[in-house]
Amino acid sequence: MTGFAPHREYTDRLGTGSVPYQTCDGCLSAVFPPRVICPRCGATELRWSESAGLGTVYSISVISPRDALPYPVVLVDLDEGFRMMSTVVEIPAEDVRIGARVRARVDQDGPSGPRVVFAAEGRSEGES
Amino acid sequence: MSLPDLRGATAIVGVAESDLGEVGPDRYAIELAAQAAGAALAEAGLNTRDVDGLFCAIAGRGMAPLDVAEYLGVRPRYTDGTMVGGSSFISHLHHAALAITTGACDVALIVYGSTARSDSGRGRLPSGPPELPSYEAAYRPRMPITGYALAAARHMHQYGTTRTHLAEVAVAARRWAALNPKAFVRDPLTIDEVLASRIVSSPLSSLDCCLVTDGGGAVVVTSAERARDLPRPPVYLLGAGEAHWHRTISQMPDLTVTAATESSTRAYAMAGVGPRDVDGVQLYDAFTINTILFLEDLGFCAKGEGGDFVSGGRIAPGGALPVNTNGGGLSYCHPGMYGIFPLIEATRQIRGEAGERQQPGVSIALTHGNGGQLSSQVTAILGGQETL
Ligand SMILES: [Zn+2]
Repeated sequence: MTGFAPHREYTDRLGTGSVPYQTCDGCLSAVFPPRVICPRCGATELRWSESAGLGTVYSISVISPRDALPYPVVLVDLDEGFRMMSTVVEIPAEDVRIGARVRARVDQDGPSGPRVVFAAEGRSEGES
Repeated sequence: MSLPDLRGATAIVGVAESDLGEVGPDRYAIELAAQAAGAALAEAGLNTRDVDGLFCAIAGRGMAPLDVAEYLGVRPRYTDGTMVGGSSFISHLHHAALAITTGACDVALIVYGSTARSDSGRGRLPSGPPELPSYEAAYRPRMPITGYALAAARHMHQYGTTRTHLAEVAVAARRWAALNPKAFVRDPLTIDEVLASRIVSSPLSSLDCCLVTDGGGAVVVTSAERARDLPRPPVYLLGAGEAHWHRTISQMPDLTVTAATESSTRAYAMAGVGPRDVDGVQLYDAFTINTILFLEDLGFCAKGEGGDFVSGGRIAPGGALPVNTNGGGLSYCHPGMYGIFPLIEATRQIRGEAGERQQPGVSIALTHGNGGQLSSQVTAILGGQETL
């Protein structure tokens, strides 16, 4: 018997260009990464939603390989209330700042399949 | 039903390291574990026949307690293979105290070994199926360094912590290591050298990161009553506490606050002491940011003040609060799971057996283990006879 497979559901939705996450009707939490139970209230009915893709950089580390260009690894807080690891593209790694507003898109050619990446979104939040 | 009263009910009666550093390609993790076990039991005046409780964790070995029991020829009636990364052994100490106090075993052996350094390049590392799908791997973080780097960057952003503050931690550890003949790296180190070293995952440089060494360790625990008949001065467990809130760094609620806030609260409450009563601190310094975060979360300074707190050599030899007097994971030894070594050092400091690096008058020592990516946090408070 095949049951609910949240990781498969996530990757399928990502493949269509959406930024999927789950929501809990019990406590109204946003849930990410995907799972079969709400980590806040224990409810087992989670609904899929599509993020608008806007978020704020919570932290950043730039990795400098010896033989390749530096690249940023960021944690982004999405406006819907969940956090994910990602990267910021299209600007130099050293220009990415904590507090910067970023917008998601799906990179269909990620190293292990589709992945969410972010680009700078104009203004920065004066976040402390 | 309430927990048994663990304060002073059990004691550490033997500790030992195995050969440390780089032991060469023909030796195995289990041999280092067994070498340490033999030495710790000898110090305790016991042997493998006395061991009826076995506590161990070895990275990459799911059935480490079975391997170690067979190798040593022990037949435990109580076994605990709790694997919460580098915090496992301080967790084992807590569990051993519970097991001894409730009669599940009499003599507990906590044991660890690793040939992390000698393994590099000989392809011994196992790769099994992932336990969970990874939502981080696609971004190529250099784990575990990047996890700690993200915490450091956030701490710097929120509190004005600087790379110089981080460097103070590395320099203090090195100064302690210079006093420890067993430390892997003992040459002088300056703040400028740390600042000038290669950035691996910003803001952390190679000198903000722990060593990769080989090494094993063992700790023998028994009831306070039995401990009094054994050769070494008993070092009592006064309090212990455990907590974990996440595994992957992207799920850590606030990267500047660890579950050490909760594990230490439990440990202090059980011990009936606070940070002001602690004479010496041995904590898990896999990266320089760890020391700053843990000094805050263990209550030695306020949140955000860790950078200033470690400045000016305050945690170095001669400073007001000696921290990681063996040289820590940064300069003494780090075989991948460091947590048994702060326990060994805390025991030696209380016994007054730490040689050139001995602090005067240590009667209460705090030892803290960390596992995963600032994930599992375990605190133990140890004391000498006079603290009972
Ligand atoms: Zn819920």
